[in-house]
Amino acid sequence: MKVGLFLPCYIDQFYPKVGMDTLQLLERLGLEVVYPTNQTCCGQPIANAGFENNSVKAAFHFAEQFQEFDYVVSPSGSCVYHVKNHYDITPDSKAIEKVRGNTYELCDFLVNILKITDVGAIFNHKVGLLQSCHGLRGLRLGKSSEQVADDYSVCTDLLRRVIGIELLNLSRGDECCGFGGTFSITEAPLSVKMGSDRINDHLKNGVEVITATDMSCLMHMEGIIRRRKLPIRIEHIASILNSTTS
Amino acid sequence: MSHPKLANIFLKNEDRVNWHDKALWFVREKRDAAVNKVKGWEELREVAASIKANVLSNLDNYLLQFEENAIKNGIKVHWAKNATEHNEIVLKILQENGAKHLVKSKSMLTEECGLNQYLENSGIEVIDTDLGERIVQLANEPPSHIVLPAIHKRKEEIDALFVEKWGIKGGNGNAEYLTREARKHLREKFLIADAAITGVNFAIAENGGFVVCTNEGNADMGTHLANIHIACMGIEKIIPKMEHLGVFLRLLARSATGQPITTYSSHFFKPRPGTQLHVVIVDNGRSQLLGRPEFRKSLHCIRCGACLNTCPVFRKTGGYSYESVIPGPIGSILGPGIDMEKYNSLPFASTLCGSCTDVCPVKIDIHSQLYKWRQIISPKKGTSIKKLAARVTGKIFGNPILFRLAATIGTGFLRFLPGSLTKNLTAWGKGRELPKVPKQSFRDWYIKNRKE
Repeated sequence: MKVGLFLPCYIDQFYPKVGMDTLQLLERLGLEVVYPTNQTCCGQPIANAGFENNSVKAAFHFAEQFQEFDYVVSPSGSCVYHVKNHYDITPDSKAIEKVRGNTYELCDFLVNILKITDVGAIFNHKVGLLQSCHGLRGLRLGKSSEQVADDYSVCTDLLRRVIGIELLNLSRGDECCGFGGTFSITEAPLSVKMGSDRINDHLKNGVEVITATDMSCLMHMEGIIRRRKLPIRIEHIASILNSTTS
Repeated sequence: MSHPKLANIFLKNEDRVNWHDKALWFVREKRDAAVNKVKGWEELREVAASIKANVLSNLDNYLLQFEENAIKNGIKVHWAKNATEHNEIVLKILQENGAKHLVKSKSMLTEECGLNQYLENSGIEVIDTDLGERIVQLANEPPSHIVLPAIHKRKEEIDALFVEKWGIKGGNGNAEYLTREARKHLREKFLIADAAITGVNFAIAENGGFVVCTNEGNADMGTHLANIHIACMGIEKIIPKMEHLGVFLRLLARSATGQPITTYSSHFFKPRPGTQLHVVIVDNGRSQLLGRPEFRKSLHCIRCGACLNTCPVFRKTGGYSYESVIPGPIGSILGPGIDMEKYNSLPFASTLCGSCTDVCPVKIDIHSQLYKWRQIISPKKGTSIKKLAARVTGKIFGNPILFRLAATIGTGFLRFLPGSLTKNLTAWGKGRELPKVPKQSFRDWYIKNRKE
């Protein structure tokens, strides 16, 4: 099985460790993983800003870069959601159709494709899971609190098998953190308020490390945490799952 | 004003924001508790959405069927193309009967049409009889929420308002005392009313009757005492059969407030002997929405307000930040269909988190429609700089060399820019630190360690 690693631009530029952790984790599980170095961006930022038509080139470029792989895996529910759901704007193309079908968010890929929940990770911390909305409600990586159904979450399936971890419950389990892409700029004070309210929920419940499937949410949280010097930190779920030393 | 500007005003008082947020989250939690007790809740939503889809596909027939049966029952049916026609029809009925005092139960449609102001300008006393509506009417404010019109007001503020308007003794914000005072006041208005207006929650095509849901019984009080009842409904309020009513009644109150059913679900079929019953059927832009496949599902809406309660943007910025009769997520997709210029910031007042879509009892794809409105609004309304930026960014995303160049310049810029500058200059930096720029990007690391 040949896997293409897709990294959101902000992970490549600001959080390279998340990329390395994703790569190492997949390799540790015995997969052949390639990072196409000419990849750019899935196009989501311009599309969500209402300029979907300008994102067509990005979509085609993505498909061209990743069409050769059996699976495309990314440590971002949001970007994957965009590829799967919004690449319908491009004219019919085999490559587009293929990547829309075989691009997976990391946790989804581990649990539902590889059928693995125990990745042999050790992480001795009290952790709170920030449910990134596009992963949760877009890709259905778990049951949202609005739905009436049996509870499930691919993220907690994986985190619960991590040795030493204490996964804590939150008062509002899946309220949005307020990042929202351009929303974080156009509605900046509201975005910060939403973010700080989420952080307070984690703090109040004794969380030491906030984790999520999306680094964009965590980048926003980290920005507030560092500005306010709060006693809590962030860690992408890939980094927790790739942590093998206590 | 745009949503961000109004939101920023509301956000200045953080205590109030927290209080507003908590009050509505409490309602959301009540909703969760109630819907989780219903076996087959998701199937019920599916059935409701299917009934609504059927209604919208056959709306012309159902409306005519409803009219025919309503007329048989002795109801007078009127058709209004828009808000102006609606208001004129209501005024004409009142004037023909010499009615001067009007009591109204809750109706978002009459808010949409600006009926109160219109009638008051013609010398008719209009009294909103839903307690929340009466409160905002006394304060000369519009409702801030479609189910909880005065949710933005604290008990103490309502106390002060009643003291000022009615000259009563203050009650230190005691809700029971204030409600009793409001009852006394409203009783007098009910007793002298010549006519009563209600909304319509569901109009049943097969029998020409309709149902009005209230918690306070004020619709019944008004219509039972006055000799003229005028019910105003949007064209989308039709359900085909009586047997469909149960589906919606089970969904409505649970989604709205977490009650199993509204206290009163009042059925109206024909006028009492010696009285008049009118139904005004209003289009006001709805048939235009019906003609737009990507947005027509918004006409499923049963005005439960669940998407407002669940929306973090609504909870933390209040109903008035939308400047729209219907605020919140549903208002943000209905607004641009009515006036795109006026409401062009609303589809952007969302993180597209999707909570509204999951909570909606009639399965409106609200967050997808927000995304779709953005695609229509941005190319039309965006400034030329924004449009140019989108075009350039699109090109960059499609070209790896340009992309690397832009990324290198971008992170280089961040690497050398003093923190004090970014703190104040950028919208991001006002409340957040920018991410630290690492020594090398993932790509650089990968090329160095994995490719060589």
